[in-house]
Amino acid sequence: MAQDHSNLFPDTLPAEPDKATLEGKNKFFGLWFFLGGETVLFASLFGVYLALKNSTAGGPSSTEIFGLGLVFLMTMLLLTSSLTSVYAMYHMRNGDYKKMVLWLAITGLLGIGFLVGEVYEFAHYITEYGFSFQSSAFGSAFFALVGFHGGHVVFGICWLITLLVRNAKRGLNLYNAPKFNTFSLYWHFIDVVWVFIFTVVYLMGKVG
Amino acid sequence: MSSIAATNKRGFGAFLWDYLTTVDHKKIAHLYLAGGGFFFLLGGLEALIIRIQLIRPENDFITAGFYNEMITMHGTTMIFLAGMPILVGLMNAAMPLQIGARDVAFPFLNALSFWLFFFGGLLLNVSFLTGGAPDSGWTSYASLAMASEGHGVDYYIAGLQIAGAGTLMGGINFIATIVTMRAPGMTYMRMPLFSWATFITSVLILFAFPPLTINLFLLMFDRMFDTAFFNVALGGNTIIYQHLFWIFGHPEVYILILPLFGVFSEVFSTFSRKRLFGYTAMVFATMLIAFLGFMVWAHHMFTVGLGPVANSIFAVGTMAIAVPTGIKIFNWLLTMWGGQVTINSAMLWALGFIPTFTIGGMTGVMLGSSVADYQYHDTYFVVAHFHYVIVGGTIFGIFAALHYWWPKMFGRVLNEALGKWTFWLFFIGFHLTFFIQHFLGLMGMPRRYWVFLNDQGLEAGNLISTIGAFFMTAGTIFFLVNVIVSARGEQAAADPWDARTLEWTISSPPPYYNFEQLPLVRGLDPLWIEKTEGDGTMPPGEPLDDVHMPNGSIIPFLMSVGFFISGFGFIYQTDSSIWYLALYGGLAFSISCMIVRSLKDDYGYYIPKEELEKALKGEAK
Repeated sequence: MAQDHSNLFPDTLPAEPDKATLEGKNKFFGLWFFLGGETVLFASLFGVYLALKNSTAGGPSSTEIFGLGLVFLMTMLLLTSSLTSVYAMYHMRNGDYKKMVLWLAITGLLGIGFLVGEVYEFAHYITEYGFSFQSSAFGSAFFALVGFHGGHVVFGICWLITLLVRNAKRGLNLYNAPKFNTFSLYWHFIDVVWVFIFTVVYLMGKVG
Repeated sequence: MSSIAATNKRGFGAFLWDYLTTVDHKKIAHLYLAGGGFFFLLGGLEALIIRIQLIRPENDFITAGFYNEMITMHGTTMIFLAGMPILVGLMNAAMPLQIGARDVAFPFLNALSFWLFFFGGLLLNVSFLTGGAPDSGWTSYASLAMASEGHGVDYYIAGLQIAGAGTLMGGINFIATIVTMRAPGMTYMRMPLFSWATFITSVLILFAFPPLTINLFLLMFDRMFDTAFFNVALGGNTIIYQHLFWIFGHPEVYILILPLFGVFSEVFSTFSRKRLFGYTAMVFATMLIAFLGFMVWAHHMFTVGLGPVANSIFAVGTMAIAVPTGIKIFNWLLTMWGGQVTINSAMLWALGFIPTFTIGGMTGVMLGSSVADYQYHDTYFVVAHFHYVIVGGTIFGIFAALHYWWPKMFGRVLNEALGKWTFWLFFIGFHLTFFIQHFLGLMGMPRRYWVFLNDQGLEAGNLISTIGAFFMTAGTIFFLVNVIVSARGEQAAADPWDARTLEWTISSPPPYYNFEQLPLVRGLDPLWIEKTEGDGTMPPGEPLDDVHMPNGSIIPFLMSVGFFISGFGFIYQTDSSIWYLALYGGLAFSISCMIVRSLKDDYGYYIPKEELEKALKGEAK
């Protein structure tokens, strides 16, 4: 049986290596549809949060505990990481593997920076204010929404590390290019969700 | 290369291994039908127990607690573990063939979808053996579920979470397949109605299941980790559960019916030997139903007290759905009008569906009137209504589809005489059981009650209803007999019905690669076009070349086992922290499977064109 897979490893890559094969195209569309579902997932959590954000049960309210300084820093880190992943995809389409890896690594580091901020923020709320997942309905809704997003960031970073480790010793080809592209799409999505969290949870929580 | 192994019969071990590792959409369809069929029998048994308990007033056939478990498990099983999986099985069996594809977009994910569903369903049913099944209704409203003792509701949460993840993946898979893998010339507006229904149903799954996922998470956090979403003392609100549940739950009923609208369209058109009347209107009516399906969830909550404005808006929205559905009913009738109608088992189910579903739709409009709903709410009128649409639509449709596609799926035509027995027993039994329940409901009999009292005029109605349930059981047994009898029958022809669409252009059952060459589609009902204007065979849409196929894998199975084990961990960690071992162990195992899948390259394999050439010549003989 002919088991020649050389068509996946051409000497010069086509203009869009991520969508050059049927498998690549499927992954691209499949991930977009997945993100459609994720949108509803987060929309449900936003709905729960908006319904419960004033149910503090005598505990701290959002205006008391939120500090916009740290959240602004986290927002900047995550927004920048989205930009760097765009650079990575730019280099991927130019067939420049090394530069792509470099920008993806920066993306991952910025993501980890965001997570450090989030862990500090959560710990601060719990130890300083006694504001936790169990303390009030507001606490449950806050940690569920922001925590789900944080979980998505953790998953994204694990995904990125797996991709980088697996492909460390080989260049770009038509088999792995779609994988980098889908990661980048996913990463943009969690960035967009954060923009909404920043607005709805933190800004409206501090001002509204 | 598991599919090749299947062609050489090598004993039960090889057979089992083949099905455990298969990624072939046709075999996954078999698995779905077997799994869904098993749960259908289980759910039917539960229904029978409910009806026996209600055969006479103040009966004590089962205890009140067990009765609650029965109604909960009957509903949950029939919807999540019988109805949907059988539908997904039919979609797997027919849709890729209808659009002229060699498989779905993500064959590996397809297998994972099945195994997640199967182990989720298994987990849910293990609860019977470990001290009590879920008992707060299939809706499992938070107020009731929070108060439920024992681990029943925890099983509900874990089981549905696992099965739901599988369904969501299946939805994404089908959408991607239809977007990227249609055969040359198969434009969207040339797709058979069943493929359209699959597409739109998958979109519904994609947008409807995440709210359920979140809802189950919230309930899980509250029950297992002491959060306060539904704890009113800490500011929680149980109405949130109802909203999220029905934002999922209402589209869910369209997930259960739209694929069957597709099936009926195929059946009516094939057995009337006529093009479907109003194809374009049918497609857009399906889309409109799907869209409106997301807009009407609060009609399940009229008596919660959302206020007259909200109730009115949702009442009007609900009634609006009758318009696209009416378009469909009339199009089916007009498809038969002037056609050469053949009445066989598949067609009988389709014909039985039209009046039955119309009655269900009419009571739906009655229930949609929010003021009158205060009278009907939580009575047997509601029970009668949703059985008329779900049994009269979904189950009738499943039987129609099974009779129609059985030769394509299993290579045997089902026995006509037995098929007709199945239909008449089930059809008569169904109406005996549920028609009378409308009146029981209007007389005030509430649903979900363990017993009813003497001398309230409810005795005769309940007795008739129970007798009907036995008729339906007999019908189902006839179908099982039919399956066994037909298995010994002759090999089915490629096109036993003189049908119109692409799945009938290839042998029954099809070769594992489906098409040697993808067909060139020249219009709606492509096979019929070739029969009337061509030589009766499909022109090739691509040169003969090596065909790329995916490799089989055991990983989907193993991954689902991991989630199954971690499900027990989640359920029992509140009792003893030793269960964290199962929780984290199971999750770690599943994630390791994921990493192995990610690290190990899987390029698939090629079927050389020489082999395909040989197959083509064999067909020509």
